[in-house]
Amino acid sequence: MREVDLKWARRSPGIVEINVVQRSSAEQTQGKEPKQNGRTHFYDKLIVESFEEAPLHVMVFTYMGYGIGTLFGYLRDFMRNWGIEKCNAAVERKEQRDFVPLYQDFENFYTRNLYMRIRDNWNRPICSAPGALFDVMERVSDDYNWTFRFTGRVIKDVINMGSYNFLGLAAKYDESMRTIKDVLEVYGTGVASTRHEMGTLDKHKELEDLVAKFLNVEAAMVFGMGFATNSMNIPALVGKGCLILSDELNHTSLVLGARLSGATIRIFKHNNTQSLEKLLRDAVIYGQPRTRRAWKKILILVEGVYSMEGSIVHLPQIIALKKKYKAYLYIDEAHSIGAVGPTGRGVTEFFGLDPHEVDVLMGTFTKSFGAAGGYIAGRKDLVDYLRVHSHSAVYASSMSPPIAEQIIRSLKHLMGMDGTTQGLQRVRQLAKNTRYFRQRLQEMGFIIYGNENSPVVPLLLYMPGKVAAFARHMLEKKIGVVVVGFPATPLAEARARFCVSAAHTREMLDTVLEALDEMGDLLQLKYSRHKKSARPELYDETSFELED
Amino acid sequence: MATATEQWVLVEMVQALYEAPAYHLILEGILILWIIRLLFSKTYKLQERSDLTVKEKEELIEEWQPEPLVPPVPKDHPALNYNIVSGPPSHKIVVNGKECINFASFNFLGLLDNPRVKAAALASLKKYGVGTCGPRGFYGTFDVHLDLEDRLAKFMKTEEAIIYSYGFATIASAIPAYSKRGDIVFVDRAACFAIQKGLQASRSDIKLFKHNDMADLERLLKEQEIEDQKNPRKARVTRRFIVVEGLYMNTGTICPLPELVKLKYKYKARIFLEESLSFGVLGEHGGGVTEHYGINIDDIDLISANMENALASIGGFCCGRSFVIDHQRLSGQGYCFSASLPPLLAAAAIEALNIMEENPGIFAVLKEKCRQIHKALQGISGLKVVGESLSPAFHLQLEESTGSREQDVRLLQEIVDQCMNRSIALTQARYLEKEEKCLPPPRFFIKCFHFS
Repeated sequence: MREVDLKWARRSPGIVEINVVQRSSAEQTQGKEPKQNGRTHFYDKLIVESFEEAPLHVMVFTYMGYGIGTLFGYLRDFMRNWGIEKCNAAVERKEQRDFVPLYQDFENFYTRNLYMRIRDNWNRPICSAPGALFDVMERVSDDYNWTFRFTGRVIKDVINMGSYNFLGLAAKYDESMRTIKDVLEVYGTGVASTRHEMGTLDKHKELEDLVAKFLNVEAAMVFGMGFATNSMNIPALVGKGCLILSDELNHTSLVLGARLSGATIRIFKHNNTQSLEKLLRDAVIYGQPRTRRAWKKILILVEGVYSMEGSIVHLPQIIALKKKYKAYLYIDEAHSIGAVGPTGRGVTEFFGLDPHEVDVLMGTFTKSFGAAGGYIAGRKDLVDYLRVHSHSAVYASSMSPPIAEQIIRSLKHLMGMDGTTQGLQRVRQLAKNTRYFRQRLQEMGFIIYGNENSPVVPLLLYMPGKVAAFARHMLEKKIGVVVVGFPATPLAEARARFCVSAAHTREMLDTVLEALDEMGDLLQLKYSRHKKSARPELYDETSFELED
Repeated sequence: MATATEQWVLVEMVQALYEAPAYHLILEGILILWIIRLLFSKTYKLQERSDLTVKEKEELIEEWQPEPLVPPVPKDHPALNYNIVSGPPSHKIVVNGKECINFASFNFLGLLDNPRVKAAALASLKKYGVGTCGPRGFYGTFDVHLDLEDRLAKFMKTEEAIIYSYGFATIASAIPAYSKRGDIVFVDRAACFAIQKGLQASRSDIKLFKHNDMADLERLLKEQEIEDQKNPRKARVTRRFIVVEGLYMNTGTICPLPELVKLKYKYKARIFLEESLSFGVLGEHGGGVTEHYGINIDDIDLISANMENALASIGGFCCGRSFVIDHQRLSGQGYCFSASLPPLLAAAAIEALNIMEENPGIFAVLKEKCRQIHKALQGISGLKVVGESLSPAFHLQLEESTGSREQDVRLLQEIVDQCMNRSIALTQARYLEKEEKCLPPPRFFIKCFHFS
């Protein structure tokens, strides 16, 4: 990696860009240097993130677009109320007309009038394994997206840029999956019991030991659903009288778990260590509001890779802060386990840190391992406590045996325990694909958010009309993309989100990039002001100057 | 001209100053001095402590000691030494190396090791692999999911059904999707933990009524009606829900649904029915408690069930009219923000539904077996049966408690160990003692099953 001269970022005053290039070494973190295996660790990789702001005219047009949509929405509602236009939505039963209405009109305004127009871009059904290529079922709507019908045709071999298939392990059955077949035939599909009663199979024990070995921690516990792992275990760890410091852009499951716990929640700005430090200082110095008692514990909730932004958490700084202020750290590695790090062991490996420094490592098996479920790993006393007190262990059923076998198989593959180095090759291929894809997109002039090593690539579209046009055109070109708008993202920052996979070949990525190039010109999406020329030797020059 | 008027005004002012009485001038002078003092004095916030020096702050940071992240757990807690099951958890189960008859799994229809179900799951595994790699909105919707939703809707004779990938998350996501802060929910005291969590997430007003006591519920509804009359504007926007279970997991009794429907129309509250234990058990064709009582299914606003009991798969579903169910596709948290159900589990559930539709006789056999077991266990001294004879999941409670919960638990555990020695797998009902609203006493949790 090389250092980029910061001068050019300030040369053009009108641009407000946060281009964070920092040298994150052990010396910068307060306190002693962390030692890895006896050697002094010196992490000197550059963290390159960018969150470029759009030009002003784009924001103006975006808000205008929403404004026009809202006006038409009011017009349509008016026409529907007065019976001028047929109302296609489902209605309340005749016998229950005098009940209090189940939905307030304005709650559903956005859904009825804006989302309904473009809703054919979501919930697209597929009929094959979600690998690098998949088959999408064709569906059309005769009444402007109120109802869909299937034509019966299938669009085959669509390039999949939307599923979370980072290591390419979600694929059709092949001979390497015969252990899953055996487990299915012996154990069946369901478990029909909770962990505490009769639902702990020997498969679960095997899986937990393997997960602990993979992550290099003392113990681990697995759960049947990734979402439920967060929402049922955070309340077991913290309660009333504790403080939770949660990132602005945390996933819904973390927010739900924090709310259900009953602790006080304070939010710090996304990935902003100064904001976190200020909150920590205030919490430790001033204690609980009004009573001034000290907090029982402070838990920091962050994610490894944020799926809507593509940013990677600034882990070394956060660990330094946590040590100084004696807080506990909970990392949700749903999108980063298996996907970042030289051997796929997540953000701790990416930054070269010891996984024992993080108190609670949580992750899911849905994304990189091609299965379902979640895990929590850490010290043995933490996992023992969760075995006794987790809501999921007492009331919810345990993981299904074939799913557990798939995870065992993937973990063995990744760790090289099945005798091949294919697992490691997949991780390396993913890293290569990620860098290539991001580099080419930036050269073309799109605005991409996030860290240059994160396999989740958000491409900003901004305007609601372009969101729909982009997704539909890309499907015509046989490329399946995911577009996200309000309310999952801020109102004016609708985006397309690509998930690079190790299963994508260079040709597939090139096809996608060509299509994106065309789309960018057709829909005028190339908003970035740092158009670099497409000379491949750019990164090898020792000094460069922007001509512009 | 302007300056002349200014001067004239100034002269007037000075004259007025000389002519004013002394006290007036003194008062005004004091006022002006006070204002100047206030303007220049330092503002202080009432909240913060005044002026901690940096050194004091650093000392506070050094001194603060948080609690340990997790309190220590006693080493002999039963949950740390799970019963390890090797092999399928069907009616003969291998626990800790010993083969026992299984009275501890919710395998009511015995479909866990049915070869047809396994074959269907295998076919799906061959076609789709294992995971779905995405939520329903982002290419996680497979044709198997749509099929399963269709079949479930047809089986329950409703318009639409929606599938969740985890049984616990089904009702815990469905309730907060409709009931928000300010709405009122009337819920039974014996409601299961998943419902309690759903209600907690919804932040609504909760009113508990005594278990299966319709008079108590009517009393609460009447009180609410009186409140409404005091504030009709607020009443017009406050939604009301009654949440009940078909077959209660904590008591093994059936809810009195006909009376509930009457109360619903009288007091204009919507009914959410949780049918985890009664789906595939009650009713002639396994349609649940609505079929058992012969009630029109449209009278119930939402039926939610999990597929982990009778259907021997994983996951859950909600069914009802499209008007109600479609809302969850955008606002059910466990649906929108979580990966979808793995297709092999969905295929297994479809095949289980096929079997249920083809052999409606198994429900009668199951009921007969439940009756037999209930009768056989009635006469045991020291233990009483809690639950109706129709219910396949019921409890055996100590008739007289020894006085302390821990001793009761230990006594029951001894009995469990003895039964295990004689090849019968039993389990105690497990609860999170600190989290349950109405903690039931320690007891066994027995589940009957049908096997072919």
